[in-house]
Amino acid sequence: MSDAFRLDACPRVAGHFRLQWEEVQKAWVLLYPEGMVKLNGSAGEIMHRLDGVKTVQNVVEELERAFNTTGLAGDVLDFLVIAQRQGWVRG
Amino acid sequence: MSDMKSSVGQAGLPLWLLAELTYRCPLHCVFCYNPVDYATTGPELSTQDWLRVLREARAAGSVQCGFSGGEPLVREDLEELVAEAHRLGFYTNLLTSGVGLTKERATALKQAGLDHIQLSFQDSTRELNDFLSHTKTFDLKRRTAGLIKAHGWPMVMNCVIHRLNIDYIAQIIDLAVELGAEYLELANNQYYSWAQLNREALLPSREQLERAERITNEYREKLGDRIRIFFVVPDYYETRPKKCMNGWGNVFLTVTPDGSALPCHTAKMIKNVEFPNVRHMSVDYIWNHSDGFNLFRGFEWMKDPCRSCPEKEKDLGGCRCQALMLTGDAANADPVCAKSAHHAVIEQAVAQAQVPDAQRVNVKPLVFRDPKASRELAAAPALQGQR
Repeated sequence: MSDAFRLDACPRVAGHFRLQWEEVQKAWVLLYPEGMVKLNGSAGEIMHRLDGVKTVQNVVEELERAFNTTGLAGDVLDFLVIAQRQGWVRG
Repeated sequence: MSDMKSSVGQAGLPLWLLAELTYRCPLHCVFCYNPVDYATTGPELSTQDWLRVLREARAAGSVQCGFSGGEPLVREDLEELVAEAHRLGFYTNLLTSGVGLTKERATALKQAGLDHIQLSFQDSTRELNDFLSHTKTFDLKRRTAGLIKAHGWPMVMNCVIHRLNIDYIAQIIDLAVELGAEYLELANNQYYSWAQLNREALLPSREQLERAERITNEYREKLGDRIRIFFVVPDYYETRPKKCMNGWGNVFLTVTPDGSALPCHTAKMIKNVEFPNVRHMSVDYIWNHSDGFNLFRGFEWMKDPCRSCPEKEKDLGGCRCQALMLTGDAANADPVCAKSAHHAVIEQAVAQAQVPDAQRVNVKPLVFRDPKASRELAAAPALQGQR
């Protein structure tokens, strides 16, 4: 496992995971061979913005605009540590 | 499926659709979970029926779709069904022995949007020697694994573990690593259907099981992230039952080749329940309103010791099929539970499994899954359960 992401990193959803919005569950889910992880609201909002092009800083700014708030960088970076440990994202 | 069970906390949607396209199969596995009377069931659903089932299940919230059987590659419309499932937004899994997966079909399945292939070891016990000597089976597996890799699919290898192959667990892991699998499921046999008929020959001893677990752990340590190895423990060696299917009608929907909709793939053995059929009812109605699916939901159906048990929410009383097979009543506690009045039947089977092969007398010959045996068993229902 590599170190935590920095604000200039461009993470994306890892290889064999597929992220999709499930209307019936009203949630973002990660799909993989014979399994599924249902993401909570904030995890979904972060994950679906990770496209391997946007930086973490871009994602933080987008979220702050979308939810009309500030100071989300810490939360986003904390989530990315967990997501990377689970193998859901890579740099 | 084990992952799905642990990662889905919330109840109530048919998240997992198991589409058993056919009972036809080129193999004769002695541990097969298809019903022993499979050869006498009705005609298979048509392509149009399956396309409708896929659409209805997706609308009801299904998101994982497993194409299974029998051997699903026997169906010539597999590619068409996978394509529709993909278009609908399913994550599509093919559960196969690899027999019939040609280069052409692999390419067509990739184009159709197939997400994943679970390759089972072709260990039908007739072929055990071949399997262990890495000859014909290994050639087939290597070809199939090569196709899976070449098409960029993640590969899960699945091997049903039992008394006759458990001592070769190291060779099985070596083979999975050599073929480049990302995941290996060492699934200890569960004793239903054909496996139940052959239980005496298939249930490993405690010593065999402990050795296999120890070796598996050593491999996990040695191999690290290279391959994820799941080891599914046989419930006969537990004193509390498994939370079977994560609850009756809670996550899983199985549709059998003839269209029966079941809360699990072996539930049809519960003969006093009339299970719905997708030919006559919509998936939504089946899931939410049919008697078969509501029967063992919640806690009302429970008898003691489950009804008053503080652990009832944890395991939901275990497996209804196992309760039926071993106690005669599907609403009883799963006899794996030490609190069950019938737990002695499990203890007896376990005790018998400790007798070394050389000292065994009158072991019944293995019954291989084939149409002839199936028709005979269907005509002699007394043989179906082992009380």
